[in-house]
Amino acid sequence: MATKTVEYLIRRNPETGMDGRPAAAPLFPAGIEPELQGEHMLINIGPQHPATHGVLRLVLELDGETVVRCIPHIGYLHSSFEKLGEYRGWNQIVPLTDRMDYLAPLIYNCAYAMAVEKMMGIEVTERCKVVRVILMELDRIFSHLLWLGTTAIDVGAFTVFLYTFQQREKIYKLHENYTGARITTSATRIGGMLADLPVGWTEQLQDFIDGLPRTLDEVETLLTNNQIWIGRLQDVGVISPEDAINHGLTGPNLRASGVAYDVRKDNPYYDYETYDFEVPVGRHGDCYDRYLVRMEEMRQSLRILQQALDRLPGGPINVDDPRVILPGKADVMTDMESMIHHFKLVMDGIKAPPGESWFSVESSKGELGMYVVSDGGPKPVRWRVRGPSFINLSALPKMVEGHLLADVIAINASLDIVLGEIDR
Amino acid sequence: MSDKLKDALAGLAAGPESSDAAAASERGPAADPNLHPSVAALRERFGSAILHHEVVAGDEHVVYIPADRVIEILGWLKAAPEQDYDFLKDVTAVDYGGGRPLQVVYQLWSIRRRHGLRVKVELPLQALEIDSVTGLWASANWLEREVYDLFGIVFRNHPDLRRIMMPDTYAEGHPLRKDFPLRGRFSRLEQTRRALAVNLERDYTPEELQVGGTPVQIGTTGASGEPRP
Repeated sequence: MATKTVEYLIRRNPETGMDGRPAAAPLFPAGIEPELQGEHMLINIGPQHPATHGVLRLVLELDGETVVRCIPHIGYLHSSFEKLGEYRGWNQIVPLTDRMDYLAPLIYNCAYAMAVEKMMGIEVTERCKVVRVILMELDRIFSHLLWLGTTAIDVGAFTVFLYTFQQREKIYKLHENYTGARITTSATRIGGMLADLPVGWTEQLQDFIDGLPRTLDEVETLLTNNQIWIGRLQDVGVISPEDAINHGLTGPNLRASGVAYDVRKDNPYYDYETYDFEVPVGRHGDCYDRYLVRMEEMRQSLRILQQALDRLPGGPINVDDPRVILPGKADVMTDMESMIHHFKLVMDGIKAPPGESWFSVESSKGELGMYVVSDGGPKPVRWRVRGPSFINLSALPKMVEGHLLADVIAINASLDIVLGEIDR
Repeated sequence: MSDKLKDALAGLAAGPESSDAAAASERGPAADPNLHPSVAALRERFGSAILHHEVVAGDEHVVYIPADRVIEILGWLKAAPEQDYDFLKDVTAVDYGGGRPLQVVYQLWSIRRRHGLRVKVELPLQALEIDSVTGLWASANWLEREVYDLFGIVFRNHPDLRRIMMPDTYAEGHPLRKDFPLRGRFSRLEQTRRALAVNLERDYTPEELQVGGTPVQIGTTGASGEPRP
């Protein structure tokens, strides 16, 4: 498997000065002095706090500035999407999926449609496959750019946020031109997409692909060798490969610990095995490695995007399957059977045969699993989302205990959580 | 209010319809165990404890096991070198409604060997208890809490079994069960009354630290009870 190890370009010592020589005074306390252990303090962060990236509440037990215990409280955004899904038709669930991870909505749209299609035994068209790959890789970059900007703010660098949001705005425009919405895209349908790509969209995407590397280079100039960035992130929030697997970490958080597990390589879907790209893995499992892995992932996603654009085949975007796809508008207006078919499909909804299916895709946050169960009716019996952020966040107490209070913010930021998907 | 809207609201209040297809939760035809290396090995080692094996959606293998042997069988799947299921992707449950047993679903994956297996356990509604697998995979911690919160299945020996999505004081039951109405069991008035009666100060007391289990000392053990490196 093609993997790429991302490595530090600089000496791994946070206590060197700008010139590389040891700094006169240690920048960080050397450790906890046992005789100073006194009364523990209770600190509450959130639920309304910008550094928690949503409505996450952390209760911390502190000894001085060291975290003894961390108890995350979630559920503030809980709206039971899974229960709502049991009251909706198969296609009507699509708008719920992009409200989970609103930082990478298209990945969730696609993953849901793919799970239902697998259960129904539908093979989408070649053009649809490539379009979905393009959309998923685009939203991986979309999500990583937001992570980069907000993490930099959390750690004290504001400028990066402006650089990344300038690029994100281009992706917003791509979303809008294709789906009509900037965030709540709802782009997929069972068996295809809401529409074919509009005229000029691929050229717009090409402009974005050509422009992003320059911004990434600029951001790397700002951060990668930055003394503050290094000091705040290196050796902070270290998790070993064994612990990372045991705690269920996936995505860049797992790969930063050196485990080259990527669903796109290990259990490929949509011909990912035919794209030429590498999986970046880290070596130290700390926040800095997670940063390096995500930066490299964006560059690899650009490679996939370029290859997908080059191979984008023609032909229909929806499958030719009357069970799931509406007849053409011209047919509905002129042909009685098509009109009845249209009416039945809209009023009764798609009927999936009894069965179940699990579909995993590599989301920007980690492994996203969609599990759908049907009893043959027009609505699912169960629709389950294995959200990567939910399980990544459950490892937070393990990672922050023993660190300083200020590191909690950096570690939480480095996990790249999105509360919409955690609370669902 | 139009009749159609009235019907729709009545339908919402009545809760989800019980499934028409009585056969939906019944098991599919048994598949050839030799199709999947782990299933053949499981059959050989545990014999009749492997209640059923089926293939769904083309290539997904599902194995049914009895509730009282979960730790034994899943522990073997994790530890046996030729199985090596080191990664627990998901724990969830399925309620088919109509008084049928709840299914607890484990999604296993082996990162090294790149194969997956779905293990299901059926629990009758009168005995919704099962052993926790947090001792095998730490990732089960929150997943089992979620199943407990939303389905009411109790996981024995779980280190910190309490609600995770719904508030601690939530008294309306377990929302993802089929007998739970979409808008909750209480009236809107009662829900508002309860929401206003919540004592927010309680969240900021030292008792808050008692909810996450027993305190741990730095340098000796982590949250999961394992020694720190």
